[in-house]
Formats: sequence, structure tokens, C-alpha cells
Amino acid sequence: MSEIEIKHLTKTFDREGLVVEALKDINLRIEAGDIYGIIGMSGAGKSTLVRCLNYLEKPTSGQVVISGQDLGTLSERELRKRRSDIAMIFQHFNLLMQKNVLDNVRFPLLLQKVDKRKSKERARELLRLVGLSEKEKAYPAQLSGGQKQRVAIARALASNPNILLCDEATSALDPQTTASILDLLKQINGDLGITIVLITHQMAVVRKICNRVAILEHGVLVENGSVEEIFNHPKSRAARELLLRDLPEYGENGSMPERLDRMQAGRKLRIVFSGHSAFEPIIANLVLACHAPVNILRADTKNVGGYAKGEMILGLPDDRRLQREMESYLKEKGVEIEEVIGDV
Amino acid sequence: MFDPTIVNMLLSGIRDTVYMTLASTLLGYLFGLPMGILLAVTDKDGIKPNALVYKVLDVIINITRSVPFLILLILLIPFTRFLVGKSYGSTATIVPLVVAAAPYIARMVESSLKEVDSGVIEAARSMGASDFAIIFNVMLVEARASLIIGATISIGTVLGYSAMAGTVGGGGLGDIAVRYGYHRWQTDIMMVTVALLVLLFQIFQTIGMKIASKLDKRK
Repeated sequence: MSEIEIKHLTKTFDREGLVVEALKDINLRIEAGDIYGIIGMSGAGKSTLVRCLNYLEKPTSGQVVISGQDLGTLSERELRKRRSDIAMIFQHFNLLMQKNVLDNVRFPLLLQKVDKRKSKERARELLRLVGLSEKEKAYPAQLSGGQKQRVAIARALASNPNILLCDEATSALDPQTTASILDLLKQINGDLGITIVLITHQMAVVRKICNRVAILEHGVLVENGSVEEIFNHPKSRAARELLLRDLPEYGENGSMPERLDRMQAGRKLRIVFSGHSAFEPIIANLVLACHAPVNILRADTKNVGGYAKGEMILGLPDDRRLQREMESYLKEKGVEIEEVIGDV
Repeated sequence: MFDPTIVNMLLSGIRDTVYMTLASTLLGYLFGLPMGILLAVTDKDGIKPNALVYKVLDVIINITRSVPFLILLILLIPFTRFLVGKSYGSTATIVPLVVAAAPYIARMVESSLKEVDSGVIEAARSMGASDFAIIFNVMLVEARASLIIGATISIGTVLGYSAMAGTVGGGGLGDIAVRYGYHRWQTDIMMVTVALLVLLFQIFQTIGMKIASKLDKRK
């Protein structure tokens, strides 16, 4: 039984007569212990999707099944009770500004009418876990963004959830703080066995902690699978675009259009090499063997799930015969190749 | 001018004014606070939108608020007499004051509650909070500084109204100002009562703002 199962989920919004299909027939299984990334550009429907997982948004049709229980069959009261099992953290932290750190963490327990002494004890324990023990009397306004998100994480864990939903939880944070929050999430996943569903628009976040990923584009789930698979063989256009955007040279809002322009010319190949081939001078050998130069349009090596993975986009000479020769040379070397079409 | 009778009269005027103002504001909140909560909750962006409830309250409040206070005071005389037994004196004045203050307070409360970050409400909902818990543990708590500021402004308004009620025998400082200043041309006594009203207003305002700023943990 999957921890979370999404079946034929659709969600449409009716905004003053204008019907918007935010999610179209989404099917997804998330297993216990996964750190599942759901990635997409803004407006892809990720936030709506994650809100369907705890029924903050009710799906228009389809089912959300959490450990065998269809949320759609629950009464309002049962649903509220169920939600204590599905915690959530947010981009803007959403802490109670008029309550101090300790009371913020205690808040879910207050809602469940847990007695004061017990809830304080639990809250202190969680603050130790997130490394904010000395801040229990502080108010959110006195904390940095990273500290606020740590408080929010502690608060989310207070009711011992099985699932933690993260809605762009690191998008308002700087890269360094993002890394430390992601480490904390990974630690929580590992130590407490909490299944994490993480919504983001940054491939870097997925790469750092997720084991599986789904790609959402205009409300459609275009691709999903293990992170390694998607990084090595992105099938959808959306996946490639997200991967490309993730390259450090482009930065957050880098000058991609200009780069893409330059890559329009000629025929391009994406080559992916892994394992031993990463240490072999394949491109140099290719040039020597075919007696023709290639243009390296882009090259990047990443750490994906502990393996070094290389990826390049080569601009081939215009000569058709040379192109075929090069392709077969690369195939022979056991390198995966794929033609890059259009603007990707 | 400051013979003992006048001083005594001024002192009891202060007492009556403070009594009317505080009692009316307090009773105003008894009705205005639930109305304000209901408005914020049933508004189309509220936690339980209900167009009918909102519209009905909205119209009632708008009607009450658009009747000039002096007219309201006169219109309510039979009602006041029915409730209190007489239509003059400070206790009787509380009736029209509450009728005027409650809708005003409801609007104050509504706008304070609408300031509460919708993200925080969503977070509470994600923790399984009921609507009741969201109102009492989130909205009223998060908006408390703004609510206190609203109460301070309301006290000021009620104080002003109470002085107006003086013209029809309402008692308090306003009554003295009208009787001596307007009917007897004793400008000096009028000036003193006005100064006392200004002072009272200042005191309420300062205390209210101090409490609000002490309660506000957002900075």
C-alpha cells in the first residue's frame, strides 16, 4: 500500500465565469519514506496539487488516498483529525506572529487539547531537534528566515505526522539557508521515517534531497520517476527546460534566451555519460577519430544520488556523413545520446 | 468661578462621562464584537463565506451608522424609557450610545480581523483547526493589537457622542458645557469642561495605544 495515492485527480477553478483547469487527470503514487519532489514552473499547478493532498483544496474529481484511506469519504470532522497526520510547511512560514517560538510549536497540540506540561515538553524536544532551543522565548519577528522555517518544521512535527508537505519551503531563503533546511528535512526523513512531498520550482532542491520526482506542466503530470532517471534521460520538454535552468551558469534568472539562441545553429546532441565513461576523454577521442571538430555548447557534471553524472550538449558539424559517424562512435563507446531539438 | 459647588459639579461631570463612555463601549463590544466576527467570517474571502448573512448584517450596520447620532438619540427615547424607566441622565444615555457604538465597533473588529494573514489561517487549517479554533486561537489572537487600537478609537468616538448626548439631558461634561456655555453664556465654565474632555480623550488614547504596542510582537 502506498503512503499517498493520487488517482485521476482533476481540479478546476471557476473564477467569475472563467473556468480554469488547474490539474488534469493526475495519477501518482508516493511510497512511505520517499522524499518526493513535485517540480514545475510557476502556474503549473503544484501548489494546488499539494493542497489536494490534505484536502485544503477539494479535488473536483478523482481520489486522494492516504495510507489506504480515501480523504474524499471523510466527514469534515474526520478530515480535521486526519490532517494532524499530514503536516505542512510553507514558503512564507506562516507562523503566529503574536506567539513566541515555544507557543508556535505547541500550537497543533493546543488544538488537540494536549495538556500544557506535556505539550511544552514536546515542543522543547522539537526545538532541540531543529537546533533552536535557546530561542524558545523569542517572537517570530526576531528570527531570520531560516530560523522561522525551522520553527515551522518543529511545529509541523509536533503532532507526530507520517507525511510532511513542503510548499516551496525554501523559495524565500538564500542558497546557504536553503541547503541547511534541506539537510534538516533529509535528517527528519531518515531519522523519523516521515514521507516528504516537496513542491519546488528549483531542480537544485530536487537534486539535493529527493529520491523521486514528478514534473508538472500546465496542470499535467508530464513525467515522473527516480531522480536519477529524470536527470539522465529527461523525456519531456518541461524536464529539459528545468534541468537547463538549473545550470549554475544561468543563475536564478539567468540570460537563458540568449544562450539558447546561440545553440539554435546546426545539429545538437545531448550526451549523457555515467560510471567509467566519465573518466575517459571521449570527446577528444571522438574528434581524433572523426577528424572533425565538435562544439561543446554546454557541459556539466553533477552529483546525482551519490553518483557522478556528466552531461553535455555538442554542436555537430553540418556534414551529414560526419554526424552519422560521430553518433555511431558515441554509441559504440556506451554513451547515451539524444538529439536536442528546437530551443532546448 | 471655582467655588466648591462648581468644582463638585465638574467632578461629577467627569465621573458621569467616564461611566457613560466605558459602560457604553463595553456593552458596544458585547454586541459589536460578535457582529464584527460574523462579518469577517462570512465575507467572501472569509473562512466561511455566506453572502446572505453578510449582506443582512452589512445593511443593518449601514443603516444604523448613517442615522445622525442626535436623531438616533431622539428616535430611541421610547425604547430607552422602556429599558431604563426614564429618558434622561447618564444611565439612560447608555442605551442610544450602545446602539450607535455597536455597529461602529463591528466595522472596527471586521477590519482588524481581515488584516490577519491568510497564510497563518491556512497553516492552522492544515493542522486540523476547526473554524471555531481559527476564530478564537488564530484570528482574535493575531489581530489583538489592531483590535485594541480599534477599541481606543471607539472609546474616543463614544466619548464624543456622550458629550453630544448632553444636549438632551444626558449628563456628564457635555451636559455641563451645553447648560453653562450655551444657555447661560458662561464661557469660562464651558472652556474648562472642553479642556477636561480633551484631557480625558488624551488619557484614553494614550493608555490604549500603550497597551496595543505592548501586545504587538510583530516588531
